[in-house]
Amino acid sequence: MTETNINWVAIASHPKFVELHRAKMRFLVGLWVVGATSYFLLLIGAITAPGLFNTKIIGRLNFGYLFCLFQFVLSWAIAIYYTRKSNKEFDPLTKELVDLIIEEKFQ
Amino acid sequence: MKTILLSLMIGLIFGSSALAADPPAKPTAQAGAVASTQTPPVAGTPAPLLATQNNPGTPAVKAAAMPKKMQTNRGFTISMFLVIIAATGGIVVWASKSTSTAADYYAAGGGISGMQNGWAIAGDFLSAATFLGITGLMSLFGPDGFMYSVGIIISFLTILLIIAEPCRNAGKYTLGDILAFRSSSKTVRAVASLSAVVVSIFYLLGQMVGAGKLMQLLLGIPYKASIIGVGALIIVYVALGGMKATTWVQIIKAALLMFTGLVLSIAILWKFGFNLLSFFDSVAASQAIQDHVRGVMKHPSAEPGFDYGQRFLELGLFFKNPLDQISLGLAWILGAAGLPHVMMRFFTVPNAKEARKSVVVSMFLIGAFLIMVSFLGFGAALYVTPQQITALDKGGNMAGLMIAQYVGGGAGTFAGDLLLAFVCAVAFATILAVVSGLVLASSAAIAHDLYVNVIKGGKADQGTQIKVARVASFFVGAIAIVLGIACENLNIAQLVGLALAVVASANFPVLIFALFWKRFNSAGIITGLVVGTVVTIAVLMVSPNMTYPKKIAADAQKIILAMEKKQAEGAVLAEKDLKALEKARVDYAQNKNGTSLVGLDAPLFPLKNPGIVSVPVGFLVTIVATLLFRNRREEEMFEELFVRQTTGYGVAKAAKH
Repeated sequence: MTETNINWVAIASHPKFVELHRAKMRFLVGLWVVGATSYFLLLIGAITAPGLFNTKIIGRLNFGYLFCLFQFVLSWAIAIYYTRKSNKEFDPLTKELVDLIIEEKFQ
Repeated sequence: MKTILLSLMIGLIFGSSALAADPPAKPTAQAGAVASTQTPPVAGTPAPLLATQNNPGTPAVKAAAMPKKMQTNRGFTISMFLVIIAATGGIVVWASKSTSTAADYYAAGGGISGMQNGWAIAGDFLSAATFLGITGLMSLFGPDGFMYSVGIIISFLTILLIIAEPCRNAGKYTLGDILAFRSSSKTVRAVASLSAVVVSIFYLLGQMVGAGKLMQLLLGIPYKASIIGVGALIIVYVALGGMKATTWVQIIKAALLMFTGLVLSIAILWKFGFNLLSFFDSVAASQAIQDHVRGVMKHPSAEPGFDYGQRFLELGLFFKNPLDQISLGLAWILGAAGLPHVMMRFFTVPNAKEARKSVVVSMFLIGAFLIMVSFLGFGAALYVTPQQITALDKGGNMAGLMIAQYVGGGAGTFAGDLLLAFVCAVAFATILAVVSGLVLASSAAIAHDLYVNVIKGGKADQGTQIKVARVASFFVGAIAIVLGIACENLNIAQLVGLALAVVASANFPVLIFALFWKRFNSAGIITGLVVGTVVTIAVLMVSPNMTYPKKIAADAQKIILAMEKKQAEGAVLAEKDLKALEKARVDYAQNKNGTSLVGLDAPLFPLKNPGIVSVPVGFLVTIVATLLFRNRREEEMFEELFVRQTTGYGVAKAAKH
């Protein structure tokens, strides 16, 4: 599997690679933190803040139940956002990098 | 090879039907004899699939003359089961014809599309515990079951954002491939393989025990026979069809499950003109539900002005401890992402883009299904009533089936029985699909990591690789059957929860560091996997999940004292009370000097979920071991892995080999 004729260190420190990796990490970790935070807020709040979570919002539907539903919507929104961002930004950058590796290999 | 397996299957199926002809093994005698060891206090009664994370105490509602068995039409049910077996069997035969290389066997040759893989992931993830367990939990405790569903959908964020693409880019068939990329150590492979097998077996046991209980309740087939039958089928499926067959079984099962959820939700919400507000109004207005909530809250008589119906729609009826919640949340958000059978699915698609697409597709399918399940749960509470549900099964696991029968017109009606039979068959297909994925993941870990890479040093021809994988899947299946029978009385939720907690504390830290940390090395991998697993199991061993005989004895003593007091006051005890008194005396005598499995009188760790301790410990020991034993060579290899996992360079090649 290992290909010794490619200078991996050079690619890993290539400005394009560094840029892609940084942008991706910031974006991915950021989204993950948003999702995880809202999930733990639900888990903890459901027990520690019954006043807020039991507030009726529409008819008999209370905040806690709607917050659960919101988690689904949030997850789907993150999934769509990520797909769009990848297709538009990350994938073209990634392709450039792969071309760069192939170029390097046959030098 | 194939003929041997086929004859084995026929033998096993005949064997199980012969067993089925025997009268059911005497559960009562057994329960009395072993109650003092590690069986739950209610040995003999089915353990809940999902419930008892935070034991809220048995619902106080006492069922008087309730049906103890599901009224099924055996003709319908058996024909539906046969249809499922025939359809899935057909797929297996078709898939086995095009499975000739190791890549075909483990990863369907990398030829599954993102859309197909998305359906398959949904099929892999939505187990019978999700479908029946969450429906049951919601039918008894309202939206707390929904919080479980949220854990599932949120766990997919970790899979989507952190795991799927790097794994696709860096791996080949197993977790071992990624971990061993930088390290040539055979120990790393061996430990990774062992860890995958341990986790899969825990997870698999949960499914197998659930399957056995389900078949026992539905078809009246004895527990042992059900386990043997299901196990035999799965061995044949996996051994012959490999990943391709497993994938298609999962896709079809996911479609069946979605269809079921849709039909039942529409039927339930139809009456309310799809108006959720009036649906929930009816739920809250139900007298049966109000009585049930009062029982759960242990209010001896209704407190004036308290809206028990509204309480059913609020959170916190089942989950009570915020620390336990965090602990459980950690297991979900980190654990699900590292499950070997889920990870393996990403190696079946050609590239990272398809891997991403498959996660997104599965998130929509799974989310939609879980929301539909919430309607089934509330619908079951409203129409079937919690009292009827607990009369059939204390954990509520039959709620999903009972509501199916109800919306079809009830027991004895044509549509009711047909719909019930259909949903039973779907539950059966679910078990087949999920267990197949697990057996495949374990056999891949044994055959690919342990045999090919450790024993054979990476040199084995395609024919041998497949043969070994098939033999491995046979043994994993056989082990699953044996353990499934042995663990009849273990709590299923514990096993699945344990698997998730182990992955979150051991496999997840190791995987993340392997992909993203330059200094990470073999020492970190081995320490992380071993210590993470051991610590999780150790914490669980001293947690309230185990049985503590002294506690049982104390409870029994309370009953004895109460009854004796009644007798002393001159009251004549009813037969039921006399029996309870007798049972309490037996329990007391058997348990008063006992200790838990590890010799404790009371739990050392207060929470049911070990994650809050085991996850930080897992991360910490992994980091410490890495820093203590630096390995320059492995650090130098990091750039290659890092570039590959980020860009996907070289992936297409790996998939075609």
